[in-house]
Amino acid sequence: MSNIEYTAKDFKSDQYVRWCPGCGDHAVVNTLQKAMAEVGVAPHETVVISGIGCSSRLPYYMNTYGFHTIHGRASAIATGVKVANPALTVWQVTGDGDCLAIGGNHFIHAVRRNIDLNIMLLNNKIYGLTKGQYSPTSDKGAVTKSSPYGTVEEPFIPAELVFGARGNFFARAIDVDLATTKDIMVAAAKHKGASVVEILQNCVIFNDNIHKYVTDKEVRADRTIVLKQGEKMIFGKNRDKGLVLDGMQLKVVTIGENGVTLDDILTHDATTPDMFMHMRLALMDGHSLPLALGVIRSVEAPTYDQEVAEQIESVKARKKERTLREYLLSGDIWEVK
Amino acid sequence: MAEKTKIKELEKVVVRFSGDSGDGMQLAGNIFSNLSASIGNEISTFPDYPAEIRAPQGTLSGVSGFQVHIGKGVYTPGDKADVLVAMNPAALKTNVKFCKPNAVIITDEDSFTKSDLEKAAFTTDNPFEELNITGMQIVPVPITTMVKASLSDSGLDNKAVVRCKNMFALGLVCWLFNRPIEHAAHLLKNKFAKKPAIYEANLKVMNDGYNYGHNIHATVSAYRIETMPTQKGFYTDINGNKATALGLIAASEKSGLPLFLGSYPITPATDILHELAARKELGVKVVQAEDEIAGVCTAIGASFAGHLAATSTSGPGLALKSEAIGLAVMAELPLVVIDVQRGGPSTGLPTKTEQTDLLQALYGRNGECPAVVVAASTPTNCFDMAFSAAKIALEHMTPVILLTDGFIANGSSAWRIPELETYPEIKPNYVTEDMKEGWRPYKRNAETSVRYWALPGMDGFMHRLGGLEKDNVTSAISTDPVNHQKMVDLRQAKVDYISNCIPELKVLGDEDADLLVVGWGGTYGHLYSAVEEMNRNGKKVAMAHFNYINPLPKNTEEILRKYKKVVVCELNKGQFASFLRSKMHGLDVLQYNKVQAQPFMVNELVDHFTKLMEEK
Ligand SMILES: Cc1ncc(C[n+]2csc(CCOP(=O)(O)OP(=O)(O)O)c2C)c(N)n1
Ligand code: SF4
Ligand SMILES: [Mg+2]
Repeated sequence: MSNIEYTAKDFKSDQYVRWCPGCGDHAVVNTLQKAMAEVGVAPHETVVISGIGCSSRLPYYMNTYGFHTIHGRASAIATGVKVANPALTVWQVTGDGDCLAIGGNHFIHAVRRNIDLNIMLLNNKIYGLTKGQYSPTSDKGAVTKSSPYGTVEEPFIPAELVFGARGNFFARAIDVDLATTKDIMVAAAKHKGASVVEILQNCVIFNDNIHKYVTDKEVRADRTIVLKQGEKMIFGKNRDKGLVLDGMQLKVVTIGENGVTLDDILTHDATTPDMFMHMRLALMDGHSLPLALGVIRSVEAPTYDQEVAEQIESVKARKKERTLREYLLSGDIWEVK
Repeated sequence: MAEKTKIKELEKVVVRFSGDSGDGMQLAGNIFSNLSASIGNEISTFPDYPAEIRAPQGTLSGVSGFQVHIGKGVYTPGDKADVLVAMNPAALKTNVKFCKPNAVIITDEDSFTKSDLEKAAFTTDNPFEELNITGMQIVPVPITTMVKASLSDSGLDNKAVVRCKNMFALGLVCWLFNRPIEHAAHLLKNKFAKKPAIYEANLKVMNDGYNYGHNIHATVSAYRIETMPTQKGFYTDINGNKATALGLIAASEKSGLPLFLGSYPITPATDILHELAARKELGVKVVQAEDEIAGVCTAIGASFAGHLAATSTSGPGLALKSEAIGLAVMAELPLVVIDVQRGGPSTGLPTKTEQTDLLQALYGRNGECPAVVVAASTPTNCFDMAFSAAKIALEHMTPVILLTDGFIANGSSAWRIPELETYPEIKPNYVTEDMKEGWRPYKRNAETSVRYWALPGMDGFMHRLGGLEKDNVTSAISTDPVNHQKMVDLRQAKVDYISNCIPELKVLGDEDADLLVVGWGGTYGHLYSAVEEMNRNGKKVAMAHFNYINPLPKNTEEILRKYKKVVVCELNKGQFASFLRSKMHGLDVLQYNKVQAQPFMVNELVDHFTKLMEEK
């Protein structure tokens, strides 16, 4: 990291931004530029890799090294970049289709390997670029251009996939809450290993208001909870609601009612390796339980890129051959004189 | 006694070791070929593994073979064997068809019991008669009995004792061919470095086999094989896959760029992955990816980040990589894609060889998507072609597909360990400091059309690449029709220009021949042997063999039009022939094609060419 202070402008490219007016992606790119400035890694040491989709256009708007690749493969390409040069800070920007349909395999393996990538998953529950087909995160019954009678398939919950792939970092953000989103992006960047940030993003054209039931200003405070490390799990307009554990289930209680005090409320610990609570929190959907935002899980673990490099160093320490010729001469050979 | 031995003088000879998978025939064959190479024979070997991983012992499907061709002027593992070692009836049955009519067959007579014969599906108690073997010289040797007797005091258990049978056979063959057994001892010592007791037992049995040969000299003839004066230096025995892997390492050393391999296991390409994964002392980074797409994509990522990046696979994997190779074409990034061809289509014949992926390599992508295609012709040539593929990729900012095949990938021959100083420099087209002002990623060298390479981490050269078409000046996304045409033409021109940087096509054999034999890739040895044999018999035949396919060497047309009769020989239905016709209007070439997932036979080629020459 350099000593130079960066501003969001340093990360902004000169390209004209082509998303639809009102698209949630605008907020994401602006927030990402702010987050990068705060992280403080120089633009030339920052790489943004994407697949294909509206959201995957994002690298063009960044004044960093960038690669807009092919549909679904960003995780694999980003893996190659990071393994080749672990000194780079590598971000991946991907959509719900790009990441979880065509790219599902690469995504879970990147998470499983714990490669040090910051994966921004822009979830608008629709295929934007191809003009409105349902995606693997579309709710069951979603009526879209390719499901005129509603889908008959269950969606993925991205967090579940991340935990199923034994991921160590998962956070959730909403496009309209810039401040929280920025903090989450910074936390993702600072975390060593695969950091997945699901950003609920609005597609004004093909899936408008799909996240409204949680993002709407009127209801947001009551239907979401922003989790913070070491802090009580409280939420609500009046900050008087909290989460407690009732058997194996989470339950909402009101502080001051039925003898409930602040002490009874759960404290968030994103750093515990045990996934039980993280899973319970991530599965809250904003209906009977508030949708969890913020860093839900952030556990330290060795990263793949680091271990690849360390293994090479440890073999080098044991073996003395440094050139092809030295290696060959150490094998089964004969000499013709 | 030794004086009585009849000694046959031969230019070259083919020996085939065969037995049950557990009999150690690969090791015996390997030591024998190394030994022969070390005393100045040329060698070419080919392993013939059973398709099943663990077939039941003694059965036909469990037979493992190893063919060695030694002598002077050796370019293939040989069509048919002069000597066959058959450790059991199953081996005899499956291998007798690979023998010359007057071959010597050495058997372990102890493993020809009734139950052994039944396992090999013989219906009578005379397998030789049943197989209609006449004219061959059968040498039954009680190998198991003698090995057991020899090692009765060794303290090894019965299983370990019986495992030494292969060394008895090896010793016997060494006597037959007058090989110095000391070097074999040295090879054995390396092999069993950590197991001195096993080494001792193997050595003892090998000597027993050798001495046994002495004592039965009256019944078989021994051979003296011609040796070749060879260039001074250190030699090793190497197969095509290993040579491919090492060629990439050589290019990494020469270019100063670290080597990265992204790969997914697939027969017969996996040994490239194995070799590179083991070369951590040389700094090679390997990602065993979740599939072939991720294999090529991790490589593209590593290339973007400034590594020499490669991905290795076989035909089905190449199909999966198509879209990503297109991305590398569009992003103009260096990338080496190795396709070790096998029998297709679909899963096809995974362990067998073919040349059926040529058109896939040339054209198997969406859009006008030119990639460089090169091919290796022999196991050791894989080293040079992998080096060359990497050099072209790095210097011309393009994907290069290197085609090898199962035959040369698994076949081996002796290889002189090269001095890398004699290999050309590799100089990627990097950006320079003075280009910073107004730099754009698709700015290119006017002559070569190669764009300049800036690596992430370089200050002042931040840029965005991608699969979308870019403006040829600003490098911004563009759908302008005229610009697209221009970019399509530029990408093609860049690949075409490479014809200035590759060797010209050479004509081998009789310069003013009546027939020109044309081939590409792994058929070199068979074609060359056939042409050489015909030249020796006064036939006016020449040969032109291609290592560089796209672009073609500059003098290709001139040469192909010079000969009255041209026959393009390939292990497919005529893919290269049709490619040549598409490049040279009205070119009149004949075809000789075989798609049996097997290499050519020298004999069939000679017969066919002779017939062609007789036709008016
Ligand atoms: C191989 C391939 N298949 C299909 C497409 C078409 N395609 C482009 S983007 C896309 C889906 C994008 O959805 P998502 O990832 O959710 O991104 P969004 O546009 O919603 O941001 C599809 C199907 C493609 N470009 N490449
Ligand atoms: S289609 Fe939807 S996701 Fe795409 S740019 Fe427009 S609003 Fe955004
Ligand atoms: Mg989407």
